[in-house]
Amino acid sequence: MKVLLSWLREFAPFDGDPEHLGELLSDLGLAVEEMQTVGEGLDGVVVARILDIRAIDGADKIRLVDVDPGDGEARQIVCGAANIAVGDTVPLATIGAVLPGGFEIARRKMRGQESAGMLCSARELGFGADHAGILQLDGALQPGTPLREALGIEPDVLYDLEVNPNRPDAMSVAGVARDLAARMGLPFTLPSPRVTRTGEPADAVATIELADPDLCGRFQARVLRNVTVGQSPQWLANRLTQLGMRPINALVDISNYVMLELGQPNHPYDLALVPGGGFRVRRGRDGEALTTLDDVERRVSVDDLLICGADDTPIGIAGVMGGASCEISASTTDVLLEMAWFRPMAISRTSRRLGLRTEASARFDKGCDPEVIDLAADRFCQLAAEICGATTAPGAVDVRGELPDRSPVRVRTARVNAVLGTDLDAPTVAGHLESIGFTTTPVGADHDVVVPSWRYDSSAEIDIIEEVARLHGYSRIAPEPLPSSRTGRLTERQLERRALRRAMVGMGLAEAMPLPFLAPGELTRCGLPDVGISLANPLVADESVLRTSLLPGLVQAVAHNATRRQLGVGLFEIGHVFRPPPADQLLPDERECLAAIRAGLDAEGAVAAWQVVADTLAVADATVVNAEVSGLHPTRSGLIVVAGEAVGELGEIDPEVLARHDIGERVAWLQVDLTRLLALPHGDRPYRLVSRFPSSDIDLAFDVADPVPVTAVEATVRTAAADLLDSLQLFDVFRGAPVGEGRRSLAFSLRLQAPDRTLTDDEVQGVRQAVIAAVEQAHDAKLR
Amino acid sequence: MIDEIDRIAADATTRAEAAATLEDWRALDVELNGKKSTLGGFKRRLGELDPDERRTVGAALNRAQEQVRAALAARRAELDAAARHAQLAAERLDLTELRPPHQAGHLHLVTQTMERLEDVFVGMGFTVAEGPEVEDDWHNFTALNLPAHHPARDMQDTFFVELGELGDVVMRTHTSPVQIRVMETEPPPIYSVMPGRVYRQETADATHLAVFHQIEGLVVDRGITFAHLAGTIDTFTKAYFGEGFSSRLRPSYFPFTEPSAEFDIQRPDGSWLELGGCGMVNPNVLRNCGLDPEEWSGFAFGFGLDRLAGMRHGVPDLREIMSVDIRFLAQF
Repeated sequence: MKVLLSWLREFAPFDGDPEHLGELLSDLGLAVEEMQTVGEGLDGVVVARILDIRAIDGADKIRLVDVDPGDGEARQIVCGAANIAVGDTVPLATIGAVLPGGFEIARRKMRGQESAGMLCSARELGFGADHAGILQLDGALQPGTPLREALGIEPDVLYDLEVNPNRPDAMSVAGVARDLAARMGLPFTLPSPRVTRTGEPADAVATIELADPDLCGRFQARVLRNVTVGQSPQWLANRLTQLGMRPINALVDISNYVMLELGQPNHPYDLALVPGGGFRVRRGRDGEALTTLDDVERRVSVDDLLICGADDTPIGIAGVMGGASCEISASTTDVLLEMAWFRPMAISRTSRRLGLRTEASARFDKGCDPEVIDLAADRFCQLAAEICGATTAPGAVDVRGELPDRSPVRVRTARVNAVLGTDLDAPTVAGHLESIGFTTTPVGADHDVVVPSWRYDSSAEIDIIEEVARLHGYSRIAPEPLPSSRTGRLTERQLERRALRRAMVGMGLAEAMPLPFLAPGELTRCGLPDVGISLANPLVADESVLRTSLLPGLVQAVAHNATRRQLGVGLFEIGHVFRPPPADQLLPDERECLAAIRAGLDAEGAVAAWQVVADTLAVADATVVNAEVSGLHPTRSGLIVVAGEAVGELGEIDPEVLARHDIGERVAWLQVDLTRLLALPHGDRPYRLVSRFPSSDIDLAFDVADPVPVTAVEATVRTAAADLLDSLQLFDVFRGAPVGEGRRSLAFSLRLQAPDRTLTDDEVQGVRQAVIAAVEQAHDAKLR
Repeated sequence: MIDEIDRIAADATTRAEAAATLEDWRALDVELNGKKSTLGGFKRRLGELDPDERRTVGAALNRAQEQVRAALAARRAELDAAARHAQLAAERLDLTELRPPHQAGHLHLVTQTMERLEDVFVGMGFTVAEGPEVEDDWHNFTALNLPAHHPARDMQDTFFVELGELGDVVMRTHTSPVQIRVMETEPPPIYSVMPGRVYRQETADATHLAVFHQIEGLVVDRGITFAHLAGTIDTFTKAYFGEGFSSRLRPSYFPFTEPSAEFDIQRPDGSWLELGGCGMVNPNVLRNCGLDPEEWSGFAFGFGLDRLAGMRHGVPDLREIMSVDIRFLAQF
């Protein structure tokens, strides 16, 4: 929302440093996004009339223009614009003039022709973006008049404000002025336009039928006759231009001016073109369409509100954009003016559905002021009379539908202070509210407050307390420490997550955070089931499927690095994966996983990573079971089983998956479902006595069939050796003669120790025999 | 006899000093110092002498043996030292040639920032709460005073997930649904921060990401005021950024808080950083979580942390923060 300081000053006597005013606006919640000085630097730019235009030999882009700059001495200017003709009145920057941006006009020669200045476009003069040609000025202007005087341009300050959705009142110059005047304790005055009314009364000319009063709270029509639709006067065009709107014709410009000034969007229709000579306001019908002012055909629905002619023909989409059929043109003489209040939610829905956000919808969807309609209509009629010679029909057609409830709201002074931490007394609270138009009636220590019609957002006690805070000034509320002392801490799970991250870092891995969105087909490319949940509205198709595993993202990360000749990369990630919801649940089965990927390492690198995870969490009873796992190397993969539950997978990435990603190294992979694992018993580290007595070692090598997993043999050894076993080490695995085909030799070292004595030879021998017997019996094994 | 003993001692000393290797030395040690040594032979024959002679010869003999032992010991020390030197020389390593394969890895920039922030808030007495990244409409919007068709929903471009009816399930657009989950499950008082990953359906640029991280805080207790909010923001500012930093609140709008504010951080050089949003928990939000706003009040605040992470290391483009390139990850 842009506002000009000069325009604000029409409502209250703001003086002082514009910078300071900007700070006050920000402190009121109207954050100044940009502040700039406009209308400066036009010294030496004057009004000139074109006397003659001559071609230059051999030049087709530039011409010689003779102008009268008002001092009786014609000047020759070289000009490249095509939109000029003899008799036009244009701005001339004379020698020595400095244009906005610091461009100084000097005497120049082009094609051997001297140029005594420059004819300027609107953009070159620093107002507006129009650079299509030389700015055309009012022919009535006297040549030689300084341009600033001719256009009524004063040096001014333009503020660009960020207006929040709860500030419908600040969507107008008057509303911003009201807030600022209240903060500065200045008197605020709205315009009181005088309108002369003649002719047939409005309600004899036009009718209004509100078919859907739930969506339209008020609809007023005025009738204006004898309108001459020409160009707007310069002052009006200047203001629109400076606030970022393009002047179109006087009547449309007046409509926009009233909207910018008072925040009331409105729409003038060519009365002769309004079917039935009146309005019918109703919901759209499925399949209905109309062409809007921008010449686009719009399909409407039953959720949209339409403005129709009295004969039910749609002529506009309420609150968003008028139809092309009743557009004001140069031949318009009679005008039917619409001023209305529409339900914000309805306008918001329509504007969103049509993807059409206009200056009008931006105001209606925040909530306009249903009671400013009379003033806005008068203002329109006054300006139309002054500028377009319009006469206004007496009276108005005015129909009311459902408007917001504005019953008084009890505002408790104690509550104000309890929310804000202040010590304001009742009169101060009332004073702040009265200053921005809230009506207060004392009730004991409290007030009954009526919210002004321009504050659609404000309806509850807390809304009104926010206004008190704003006017009091947030910066005047003294910070206080929290009342009681508490103990903050991380949960076990959060501490464990931190420990895991550090353990992975200790292994030399770098933490990566790949995007959790995958391309369709990427799960399949990674050998995983294609069960990913899709986004309904992805930004790009390649990021449209939720990951079900951390594998695709990390494989892609390895591939990304490999193509940049970064080999042997080791990464880890702790992140969420999303699997289809279980029955009778809406949300996905969302889990936190830890994964480690180690390019250039074989499965041992994965087992090492798992050992670190298991050690870090003190996972009891974890075993690795050889198994085929989706996405992993079919003969080099396994599952991690804890307490009978599979909690993870490890091994190497399937060579086919690697080939599809152009990865030439072996890649070790570990993924652990932390949600599941951390729910299982872990973290128990009871004290174990470190024995003071000597230990004895026994080495045993068994000839064991290949399919028997080492973990199974180890389990047997542990059971057989029982309490005397201090540690068990697999120190050699050997295949080949003399060990038979399909078998291998497993060599274990057992360290035996008792906590309370030195073991005797008999005890050691006893354990040895027991272990041999147990392993041979359980696993088709032979001692070697 | 004494002369002979002295001569033998002198000769033995010379030989001990000349032992070339440890092996030679061991042989000499047996020959010159053992029971069968020449001096040892004299000792056995002492009994044959008369008492006077025995005394003087005995003394001379002890002196001689002492002299030989000392010579052997000295030579042994020399040989040991030489052996150690030879071994050390043979084992010489140039440490600058060594390139062990194992190096420390790296925590992600965002993790480092998140943990620092968590630690600051834990120090201020907060716990850390978490929640799912895929959320239902209730937790992400409706319970936060953002009912269907509320225009403020436009402030947060939303990824919709294809589950249930369109709009039922979304990628959470902020960490605020965790506030609702905490209030629904834990009785007040609540002093928690909620860090996490959030999603917005908007094309990433140098200052915005579609997938990014936030941390937000929630306090619900009896008698909590806007002044406490201002105090908490200020305490955090000084704890995280440093003593020379300060904060200010400016009126703003969020559906879930009222009064709402933006909070800005002022650097010691006077410049401002717009950090995040905050406000008093809207009574509707408390009611939606089954809390009576007349009894309980609270505040919430939140901000994005990727920008903070990037600022700490001067990363010029936020999009780089999500890079999986090891040359980026290994910098931090």
